[in-house]
Amino acid sequence: MEVQLIKIEKRNDVSRSIFLLTPILAIFLTLFGGGIIFYALGFNPLEALKFFFITPISDLYGLSELLLKATPLCLIAIGLSFCFKSNNWNIGAEGQLIFGGIVGGGVALLFYNHDGFYVLPIIILSGAVGGMVFAMIPAILKTFFNTNEILVSLMLVYVAKLLLDYLVVGPWSNPEGFNFPETRQFSASARMPILFDGLRIHAGIFITLVTVFLSWLILYKTYLGFQIKVSGLSLKTANYAGYKGKIMIIIVFMISGACAGIAGVGEITGPIGQLHRNISPDYGFTAIIVAFLGRLNPVGIIFASLIVALTYLGAETAQIFLQIPKYTGQVFQGMILFFLLASDYLLFFKIKFLGLKKNDI
Amino acid sequence: MKYLISVLFLLGLSISANAEFKVGFVYVGPVTDHGWTYQHDEGRKAVEAAGIKATYVESVQYGADSERVIRQLAQSGHDLIFTTSFGYMDPTNNVAKDFPNVKFEHATGYKMDHPNVSVYSARFYQGRTLLGHIAGKMTKTNTIGYIASFPIPEVIRGINAMTLAAQKVNPDIKTKIIWVFSWYDPGKEAEAAQALIDQGADIIMQHTDSTAAVQVAEKAGVWSFGQASDMQKFAPKSILTSIIDDWAPYYVERSIAARDGTWSQQNTWHGLKEGMVAMAPYNPAMGSDLVKEVEQLQKDLASGKANSFTGPIYDQKGNLLVAEGSVADDGLLGGMKVYVKGVEGDVPQ
Repeated sequence: MEVQLIKIEKRNDVSRSIFLLTPILAIFLTLFGGGIIFYALGFNPLEALKFFFITPISDLYGLSELLLKATPLCLIAIGLSFCFKSNNWNIGAEGQLIFGGIVGGGVALLFYNHDGFYVLPIIILSGAVGGMVFAMIPAILKTFFNTNEILVSLMLVYVAKLLLDYLVVGPWSNPEGFNFPETRQFSASARMPILFDGLRIHAGIFITLVTVFLSWLILYKTYLGFQIKVSGLSLKTANYAGYKGKIMIIIVFMISGACAGIAGVGEITGPIGQLHRNISPDYGFTAIIVAFLGRLNPVGIIFASLIVALTYLGAETAQIFLQIPKYTGQVFQGMILFFLLASDYLLFFKIKFLGLKKNDI
Repeated sequence: MKYLISVLFLLGLSISANAEFKVGFVYVGPVTDHGWTYQHDEGRKAVEAAGIKATYVESVQYGADSERVIRQLAQSGHDLIFTTSFGYMDPTNNVAKDFPNVKFEHATGYKMDHPNVSVYSARFYQGRTLLGHIAGKMTKTNTIGYIASFPIPEVIRGINAMTLAAQKVNPDIKTKIIWVFSWYDPGKEAEAAQALIDQGADIIMQHTDSTAAVQVAEKAGVWSFGQASDMQKFAPKSILTSIIDDWAPYYVERSIAARDGTWSQQNTWHGLKEGMVAMAPYNPAMGSDLVKEVEQLQKDLASGKANSFTGPIYDQKGNLLVAEGSVADDGLLGGMKVYVKGVEGDVPQ
């Protein structure tokens, strides 16, 4: 019997511009694949794509919702980029978001019916510290006990979720709330200022933008950023150069956790206004897609967060207008990541067909 | 001139968008859950059958997403919006404030902050009383396994109504509860059902939305009950009956009222009498005597001759909740926070 032999070879001449363009290719492939899925479901693909990607942002309210949804995704992904660039696989941003939300929410409840301009900054700060502390657990365990940070950070997500469950069902539940698993609505002083009347977009977007700028500054203009990148490329080189690798691990996890924590606080003091069990529709996990789609680059992440946010909104409008199942939104997110990883593979590796050979077996 | 044209164009768009009367539904689970959401969607289909366009959005998470979905429905020309889970309470009221001309109906909540918000629910606990009566008669191990979602009054009321009815026919009955803290999580529901069976329960019932628990019961050879919808086909041997939530007549009535301009704010709590709670056919395995007994009890509950919460009722600590000779009023039922005597464990606090 004859078989086709395939050899996979690494390419050494990958140009930077093509590397940055592949996410756009992945998005086009996703649109194409999505069109095929809509057609198979019996919908006019162009009309369905229009309801999916254009209708949701065709008015001011829609644009505000897009930014509202992209704000936490972008912020978490920026934090994750520090980890991923240095080869630290923080998969537990969702847990850090929730824990930051718990700490920030606890402070907000402490300041219930309390006025003062300082209330909100204290809440945001405590949320950042909460996320930071929670992210330090996998970092410290990794540096001192050599544990696997993927597993530890992932499992801590469930710890944070169960802690939130316990708090909103029990000690923090609204005393006038008939035992419903939610806290009181926070006072006005503990809420993010709304930017425009009638829209939900809030001041949290400025925190995200400032963070994007700062992270660009750190990653590309400071010695710390250089160290992070070098340890990502080769830990041995970093150690040889005398960088303190262990401290770096803890620092990138702290940055990442703080970003996730602030994102959590932004949700509960922004559109939600209280703590309950569903403060995040898995933003912490979706942000992993955002980080990679944005090529771990601050500007790329901004665009990636907008696109992924749009898949959430599109799934809703497509269902309202055409009754397309809502889970297509997740299918689109999956397709984007799939096409991105696939094109990356083909970008970095050459597939050679070596012709037919006799198979001895 | 260009400006004028675009204004006219937008005006035309908004008029054409408002031309047709439309109803929107927000669901907490997928329409294929064969339980809670499935029944609401059956109600929606009845509205469509009455000639009114009715759209839906499924699996809408509580939290920030729900308010956007409700708002989008209001903005895209829906005139009446049903939000069918308790977690949509605050978002529904928030959106209602901004759309005074759109009517909102929130299921199983209590907040009506604006004149265009109504609330509605069903007296599911009356069905639980019937399940309790059957369970008390059918159990051999005197242990009833109960998979519960959230410790809110609606769920605790069901546990208590079931336990009281079971105790009436079998004083040794014990109710074991597992809280899964979700309305729809087939994996967790199945695990909970298995754990309860392992603890000696030979009757399984659930206040969650999927068919997972009855399927586990069927496999293990214990009795079970369907929830929200007739789940008979998922566990033909095991299911003794199902509590059916029949929202269709209410949805049709309210949709027509809204279309014709006769809609008004209401707090609706219907039960067996009005047909919002109904029972699926009883399994012949119960024996014809028991079936007759339960059918009589069903009639009495509907007519008011019997009541699910007839005193004396004591809580777990032995405090008197309802005195002998009287029945619990809607105030006590609406805020029910404690288990009655005979339920094992504590309400999660």
